[in-house]
This record gives sequence, structure tokens and C-alpha cells, in this order.
Amino acid sequence: MSEPLFRVDNLRLSLPDMTRKPLFGAAPRIEILRGLSFDIPAGSTIGIVGESGSGKSTLGRAMVRLHEPTEGAIRFDGQDITHLSNTALLPLRRDLQVIFQDPYSSLNPRKSIGAIIGAPLLFHHVASDSADAGARAAAALHAVGLPSAFAVRYPHELSGGQRQRVGIARAIALTPRFVLADEIVSGLDVSSQAQILDLLARLKDELKLTLAFISHDLSVVRRLCDRVIVMKDGEIVENREATALFETPEHPYTRQLLAAIPLPEIDSGWLEA
Amino acid sequence: MSAPFLEIDRLSVRLRRGGEGRLLRGASIAVAPGVVHGLVGESGAGKSMIGRAIFGILPRAVEVIEGAVRLGGTNLFDLSDRERRRLVGVNAALIPQDPLTALNPSKRIESQMTDRLTRVLGLSSAAAKARALGLLEEVQIREPARLFRSYPHELSGGMRQRVLIASAFAAEPKLIVADEPTTALDVTVQKQILKLIAEMQRRRGTALLFVTHNLGVVAKICQQVSVLYAGKIVEQTDVATLFNAPTHVYTRALMAATPRYDRPEQSLAPVRPEVIAALNREIDETDKDWAAAHSAPLRARA
Repeated sequence: MSEPLFRVDNLRLSLPDMTRKPLFGAAPRIEILRGLSFDIPAGSTIGIVGESGSGKSTLGRAMVRLHEPTEGAIRFDGQDITHLSNTALLPLRRDLQVIFQDPYSSLNPRKSIGAIIGAPLLFHHVASDSADAGARAAAALHAVGLPSAFAVRYPHELSGGQRQRVGIARAIALTPRFVLADEIVSGLDVSSQAQILDLLARLKDELKLTLAFISHDLSVVRRLCDRVIVMKDGEIVENREATALFETPEHPYTRQLLAAIPLPEIDSGWLEA
Repeated sequence: MSAPFLEIDRLSVRLRRGGEGRLLRGASIAVAPGVVHGLVGESGAGKSMIGRAIFGILPRAVEVIEGAVRLGGTNLFDLSDRERRRLVGVNAALIPQDPLTALNPSKRIESQMTDRLTRVLGLSSAAAKARALGLLEEVQIREPARLFRSYPHELSGGMRQRVLIASAFAAEPKLIVADEPTTALDVTVQKQILKLIAEMQRRRGTALLFVTHNLGVVAKICQQVSVLYAGKIVEQTDVATLFNAPTHVYTRALMAATPRYDRPEQSLAPVRPEVIAALNREIDETDKDWAAAHSAPLRARA
């Protein structure tokens, strides 16, 4: 097999614990990621699942280099990006896109939707001028199922599901090679959740995206992902093909997570188990 | 079954200005002591509006146009503000959705738990403290005395929710409204919290209205359920019927949209446009019937 798009090798990351910082001197560091190794083949979708504090979001942010790892290596498309400077990362930013969890705080309330989607296109010289950026923004809106008239609206005029579509449009308009989706459906109603997952599944096929889908909820991961990584306390406890993981979970922690999901069916013993 | 403690009777509310129609369309829900009643719906369906009506804290912009909310047979709309606060304060409590904003960040847990007991129930401060400590033990907090001295930011999300559950049960209310109490929590913590709420409710025979958008949670904790769409209850039944033979097309659509890791191909189905169209027709019919019956709109006493 050819080189995977992402190769993460013994990744470690620690951050200063500001709650325990002494008045003088450095704050003690807490280790958030404790030696993670995995690959993401091009064109595949990987689910990263864990509870709050497991380090899943930190891992995602390290992969797109919003955090700098302390040890280990991240190779993206054969290139070591572990300690690249911000300037050296600039040309790669277009290929490493993020859709954020909170569609309220991740869209600038003072910019129109068209400007929100258009700005990165101009910044990365994907669009030649603002007219081109507008046309590409309209196409991206269409691709996520929003009318192009939304370009002149502002974030506060949109529902949560619509804002999340704008977040997706902003990411895919750049035709990135990798998209990180960090808990993008956790704040949505079941019906919007289903629509957004449906949309993402369609886009990843059409655009041949490589996708990392972070979630605390195993039940939304299965439909979309080829592989699933289960994290606990900064370590990977299970990394397997999705169907196998759901049908025969090996690690007790994975089984515990699955058992804690309330399925929509009557089971009087569930609460006691 | 005993008489319902909470009766929401054909409650209709609307915005004071603007004729955008009703926000609640004649919703009726009755919850008897010892029963957990699930209230399911999506954002904007009016779940919180019903919750707020029970506590008499509807937003100023909203007015009640018809119907009643009765606690133990007394209609809240017949009372003065003072009488209503007294009745609600003694008989009902809320477990809120967001445990962080519901706690005062500048006060220790102790005073947040005991103030209400001394003020509303007139307990002595020693008795209030003893009761609060007992409840913290019941919600499985290991060192209640130490937690008493903590501030909310020192606690985890699950811990804060335990404090709020203890506070809700502290005054021995006959009715508790739980407004999406586990939405912000991890699944394993959610399960512990659900178990805790169910046990405490069962032990005391509290009437519990459980507001949620998660049908999985309804299946595990509720005995009865109302499905709300655009302020109208489209299906109301016991949970066994709801999950084994749902009758309303919207209920079936919600079930099909709910994620299931065990049956991926039968889950996460987006709600079809036909379903939305059928729902909107049903809402229009409801409004037409209502308009016909009220040529001059009635005004309930506010």
C-alpha cells in the first residue's frame, strides 16, 4: 500500500496546567496525549471517540497543527509537519481544514455568510478575485444544500443546522485533502444530526475527502467511519475497522461505552445493569 | 392510578405582538405521583415553554391565551404572583439543562443548597444543612462536607449535575421538571445520572416531567410520553406503545432519525419532506379548528 495521508507516530503532547501554576516559575505540565500511533489512508474516514478529557480534541488539533506536539511525529502526505513553523505551515493550511463543534462561536457574527466562506478562498489564492470568491462560495453553499441567497445573510439569521452547513461549506470550498470534523453534530437535534451526517457522507464520496470525525457518541460514528479509534486518558485503547469494533468490541472500555448508550427500545434492566 | 399532581390543560400561548400563531397549541399533559412522563420534541417545538409555564416564568413577550396549569388541583393562573410563587416554591423543583449556569459561581455549594430550604420551607439552618448533607450522600458524593465548601468551578459536569439533583429533591417537592438534564454529559456519566434520578424519584413517589430530545433516554427512564411538534402534542401514550407501535408519522420519523450503533442501516434517516408537509398540514388544521371555535379569542387571566 502507498504511503498513508496521515502517519502519526508515538505522538505525545503536554500543556502547562495553569490551575496549579505557582506565583513564580513555570506551571507543571500535564500530559494530554501519551504516545499515540496510527495511520489514516487517503480517502478513508476515521472516527475518534472518547469521553471528555480523553484527549480526542487535542489529538485533532495536533493533527492540523493548531497545537505543537511535544514528542513523536506527524507526517502528512509524506512530509513531517510535527514542528513546522507557522510560516512553513501556511501552504498546508488549505489542505488541513477544520469544521468546529460550536456553529455559533466559529462564525464571525459581523460577516455575511458569503464573506465567511469567501475570505479563506482569497487568502489561499484559490479564488482570483472577489467575484470568483463569490461564485465559489455560492457553489459551496449549493453543495451543502443551502440556497445561494444565503450568501448575503448573517450567522444570527440561521438555525444551528444551517450554521453547521456553512461551517462545512467553508471547509470544502478550499478543496482540502483532509477535513477534521470536531463534534459537529453534538449540539443538534436528531433530525438535523441525521441530515448533517447524510450530507457529510455524500460529500466525502463526491470530493474523495479524507475525514477525521471526532465524537463522544459512538452511535453517530458507525454510519460514516471506516475505522474507529477509541481513546481514554490520552491513550488509544482500541483502533479497529468500524464494523468489527461495533460487532465484537475487544476492550472492556469500548464495551462499557457501548453499553452506556441508551437505545430507543424498552429494556427495563438497562438502568440497573 | 392516583389523581395527577400536574395537569396542563389545553394550554395555548402566543407572542403578545405579531400574529405568528400560537407557540403552544392546546397542549395537555397530566403527570401523576410516581410517574415519569417524557416530553419529546426538537428545538423550537415548545418543550421549554411548557416547562416555564409550570413555574409561572413565561417570557414577558409571551401571553397565555387559554388553558390552565394545575398543581395539586390549583390553577396557577387563578393565583396572585405571591401565592403562585409560594405554591410552586413548595411543590415543584427544576433540574436544569446546564449545571454550570444554574449555579452561582461566586457562592459556595453549601449556601446554594441551604438558602432555599431555610427561605421557602422555613427550616432552621442546622436542619437545612443536615438535610442537604444527607442528600449529597444519596447522590453518591463521597465527601459531602468538603463539597459544601467548594465553588461550582471546582466541580466536574457530572458532579455539578449531582448537586443540582440533590437540590431539586431537597425540599421534597411533589413535582420535578428535568429539562434535558443529561444533554451535556458523557454517555457513561449520563447513565449514572439517569439511574440516580430514577431511584430518587421512585423512592419518593415524585411526579417527574422529563424534557428531552433523546428517544433513547425516554425508553429507559419514562413510563409515559408526549411528542411535541410546533407546540402541539402529536402523540401521547405509554412508552411500550410508543416504541413498539408508534402511530404518528412524526414519531416514526424521529425514531428513524435516532442513531443506533446496533442497526446502522435503520438509523440516522433524515426526516422526509413529505413528513414535514403532513405535519404542517396537521398544524394548519388545528389552527383552523381553533380559530373557528374562538371567533373572539379568549383571554385567560394572566
